[in-house]
Amino acid sequence: MADTHSLFFGDQDGLKTPWQILGFALLVLLLMGASALIENNVNPYVQRIIVNCGIGIILGLSLNLVNGCAGQFSLGHAGFMAVGAYVSAYLTTVLMPFGAFFQSDLGVGTAVVAGGLAAGLSGYVVGLPSLRLRGDYLAIVTLGFGEIIRIVFLNISAVGGPRGLPGIPLASNFFWVYLWAIVTFAIIYRLIHSSAGRAILSIREDEISSQSMGVDVSHYKVVAFVISAFFAGVAGGLFAHYQGFIDPNTFNFNRSVEVVIMVVIGGMGSLSGAVIGAVLVTMLPELLRFFAEYRMVIFSGLLVLVMLLRPMGIFGRHEIWEASWFANLKRKPKP
Amino acid sequence: MQALIQNLVNGLAQGSVYALVALGYTMVYGVLQFINFAHAEIFMLGAFGGIFVAGWLTNGEGSFLSLVLVTFGAMAFCTGVGLAVERIAYRPLRHAPRLNVLITAIGVSLLLQNLGILVFGADPRVFPAVIPTHALFDSQNLVITNIQVLVIGTSAALMLGLHWLVRHTKLGMAMRAVSFDIETASLMGIPIDRIIAFTFAIGSALAGCAAVLYGLTYPKVDPLMGVIIGLKAFVAAVFGGIGSFVGAALGGLLMGLAETLVVYYVSSSFRDALAFGLLIVILLVKPTGLFGSMAKEKV
Repeated sequence: MADTHSLFFGDQDGLKTPWQILGFALLVLLLMGASALIENNVNPYVQRIIVNCGIGIILGLSLNLVNGCAGQFSLGHAGFMAVGAYVSAYLTTVLMPFGAFFQSDLGVGTAVVAGGLAAGLSGYVVGLPSLRLRGDYLAIVTLGFGEIIRIVFLNISAVGGPRGLPGIPLASNFFWVYLWAIVTFAIIYRLIHSSAGRAILSIREDEISSQSMGVDVSHYKVVAFVISAFFAGVAGGLFAHYQGFIDPNTFNFNRSVEVVIMVVIGGMGSLSGAVIGAVLVTMLPELLRFFAEYRMVIFSGLLVLVMLLRPMGIFGRHEIWEASWFANLKRKPKP
Repeated sequence: MQALIQNLVNGLAQGSVYALVALGYTMVYGVLQFINFAHAEIFMLGAFGGIFVAGWLTNGEGSFLSLVLVTFGAMAFCTGVGLAVERIAYRPLRHAPRLNVLITAIGVSLLLQNLGILVFGADPRVFPAVIPTHALFDSQNLVITNIQVLVIGTSAALMLGLHWLVRHTKLGMAMRAVSFDIETASLMGIPIDRIIAFTFAIGSALAGCAAVLYGLTYPKVDPLMGVIIGLKAFVAAVFGGIGSFVGAALGGLLMGLAETLVVYYVSSSFRDALAFGLLIVILLVKPTGLFGSMAKEKV
């Protein structure tokens, strides 16, 4: 693969200039500050919602790469999340002989990455045959895959089967979740602004034309799918180590649909849209707590309404900083 | 030997229900080229419609006439819902990208499911035994009930009726024209919207009848019952070649037979995995199914 470099660093130079490294370090410091501030001053209920938003952001961003950027419709994101969650939780919880290492922050980080890699691998296995299929068939196959993964975990007694896997170390927190969210955003942003990313976008625009222009369509579809699955796995790992308990039904079809709704509401192909969609979809159930039983009705109704009234989502394919009111904000006219 | 015949009869009865639902998927796919995910929920609503009509008619055991009324009530209810879904959700998206229509279909499906939970409650209900079950044929190991005969007979009659409608009436000709080429059909003066609405109406009515037949066989009705049956019927439609009527009917029957045989001879835990496994194999080996034709893509 000649363009591995551009895949991860974009065509421009990545984190190379001192200023960019300094900026990243500043961001991490800022995040640590925010984390300390939130953990001491915000009540645990709100904290939990904020962290769940972060996990939602990672999920939304990663699905956006497949659904929004590559134009392939995947309905099995919860399956990849489950793989990441179970693999990382297995490493930190069941493989106790190496317990000391896997209890540390570094160890949990490793486990989360391992979960992501496992999810990426399963993305490769699923994607390779099924990405030859078009639109609705792909949706059905990925749906089927998500369900099959869930049923597989239901039947593995080493990870608790239907009883779930308790006692996962509570290692992930605001800081780690949002660090990963920023890393996800940065990598996907740079990916879609690279030559590989333009190839992925061209598949969405017109598969046949891009193939005739020499784009290796199935290769780039699989690339997008694997990267997306990787981050879904990471989100799953973070989720597992935040909740401390996972069971197969956490990763059911409704979870996949939730992620799809995030992407659709935010605007397919818009990174900032996926972020805002993720925040909305995570917050909405909390805001609608009074109408607990109407929650899913409102959700699904919202999905249909968005499709009918604003099919491109809130931002369409644009980013929030491209919106006219935001651009006007930046170049403020002199008084 | 008798066990085999028993399984074949059971499978045929099960398969006829799948076939009726699969016909709805295949018809809509034929004219609009999208998977109507909400079809499974229309099936579910048919079962509830049947319960309510039966509740109004009698208190429990009924006659053949009440069965006819229950069936027609469920069919009419489903037709209404199907037409409403088409008018409200799908028609405005006629020229939208396929992905949007697909997402809308999933949204409508979830909406109907959750409305069902809200209105009918999540607990399963019992479908009334409108006709009491009794064995028509009973030897030591082989029992064929009147319900099974009724299910197979009604589905066969409906499928023959549909075949006549599609092949030998003007309406059917218009439907075939629309599914062949929607734009050319509209240039030839065929009222596209009306034909599409009609397709939805027939598909939904078949689902309603299937729901009553299913309810008579397995009298457990809940708002999420459509999901797994819809999925199996969809797999059956893909197996037969989506867009093909004969394919959907045959696919449904084969699906029912395969399921019954797998449950009897292998293990009942494979009942639901069979559908997904079969789907993945078909899509990888022969995506067009048994009778489907390859759609040509133009640049």
